[in-house]
Amino acid sequence: MRIRIDKDSCVGAGMCALTAPNVFTQDDDGFSEVLEGRDDGAGDPLAREAARACPVRAITVADD
Amino acid sequence: MPLMGGLADLRVDDWMPEASNEDHQGRLTACEVTMTVTPPKPDTVAFPQDRTCPYHPPASYDPLRSARPLSRVSLYDGRTVWVVTGQSVARDLLIDPRLSTDRANRAFPMPTERFALSRKRRVALLGVDDPEHNAQRRMLIPSFTLKRITALRPRIQETVDRLLDAMVEQGPPADLVSAFALPVPSMVICSLLGVPYADHDFFEEQSRRLLRGPDVTDTEAAREQLDAYLGSLIDRKRREPGDGLLDDLIHRGPDEKEIDREELISLATILLIAGHETTANMISLGTFTLLRHPDRLEELRSADSLLPAAVEELLRFLSIADGILRVATEDIEVAGETIRADDGVVFSTSLINRDDDSFTAPDSLDWHRPTRHHLAFGYGVHQCLGQNLARAEMEIALRSLFARLPGLRLAAPAEEIPFKPGDTIQGMLELPVTW
Repeated sequence: MRIRIDKDSCVGAGMCALTAPNVFTQDDDGFSEVLEGRDDGAGDPLAREAARACPVRAITVADD
Repeated sequence: MPLMGGLADLRVDDWMPEASNEDHQGRLTACEVTMTVTPPKPDTVAFPQDRTCPYHPPASYDPLRSARPLSRVSLYDGRTVWVVTGQSVARDLLIDPRLSTDRANRAFPMPTERFALSRKRRVALLGVDDPEHNAQRRMLIPSFTLKRITALRPRIQETVDRLLDAMVEQGPPADLVSAFALPVPSMVICSLLGVPYADHDFFEEQSRRLLRGPDVTDTEAAREQLDAYLGSLIDRKRREPGDGLLDDLIHRGPDEKEIDREELISLATILLIAGHETTANMISLGTFTLLRHPDRLEELRSADSLLPAAVEELLRFLSIADGILRVATEDIEVAGETIRADDGVVFSTSLINRDDDSFTAPDSLDWHRPTRHHLAFGYGVHQCLGQNLARAEMEIALRSLFARLPGLRLAAPAEEIPFKPGDTIQGMLELPVTW
């Protein structure tokens, strides 16, 4: 699994960090960020949920 | 919050700064859901309408549910607009840049005469499109991240405990709205923004008049008073900086563009109103709803870990900001229909959040279902900026209230307790309780 975040689209709602806190966080400006070393989703099924929860569809989860 | 959102950007995605007549006495007469099979005649359905039970959409919206995902409603001025009632279509449309939230657009749909006043002025966040909206939102996002809100939790808890102490000292009985549901978010947003809480009677009153005053003249007067108050607060903060979010917006860094006074007032208004009105309604109506569902409440008391899911389900179930408004700037093909340029579109969050394609048995309160994809905070770039503050406030307020007062119950017959009319944010006007 590969997670990508379109930072230009991100509106800082924080839904990703709320939904999958083991994969996503927010940087100091409030924008979505993948936690270090978790770009592959760390096996967390909530990563896909987080992508779905994003209100601007800024997160894409691709299978390897 | 709807602090920020909803009112979408703050509280919920869209708040309805209007409202109706304060003599309205909503009565609880229809809390038992009986879905009547009415042939769809959506063109005849008026929007918005008063709820008959404070926690269910009015039964008069049933034809709109049958006609999901898209049908038509008529507004107070006789105009017919699209109403979106299906979750999937709502998501597609709320991120579609061909739908605008610009209140200055002459074709923007107005749900009430009071709301139509917003045509005359710039409304920060909720009333502007990108890129202007994006620039405003980016200045605020850092103050509402999950980390910042988590750091605020001890302060919220302290506020909640202090208010419960005061309520217990003076009661029972008590009006939970004025003793608890309103002051909790009001104190929290004051502290976050750097607005003196000592002035809360003043701005809560202006907020009430803005959202629910008796007529348009009164609403305009309240708006002017609030502008003057916030203007002088901003001037004072310019001379004597404090440590709130407003101070940060006034005193920008050397590389940041200065925000003019008018925009500061507009931002402060949205943050202040969205920051307390919406959450206050969620606490009062959430409490009422739980007291009316004693089995569910019992479960919640015995399993504290269910509370975050319960808050999420209450957000879905209550959908207190019911009516996100947009205008089409181009033709849009959707769900077999064509929304034409200049058509008005209203998203009924209460119906979208009871779309039975998305939620099983949507009319029952059940936090064991997946509810995360509800649209109570809106969707798209305007989704409530303060949603995680709202969640924290609701969770702490409800947990502490029911833990501190295990015998909490209504102090009046449920059907006699007044609630808010349909053309404003939904909630209880008062909530007499005893314990």
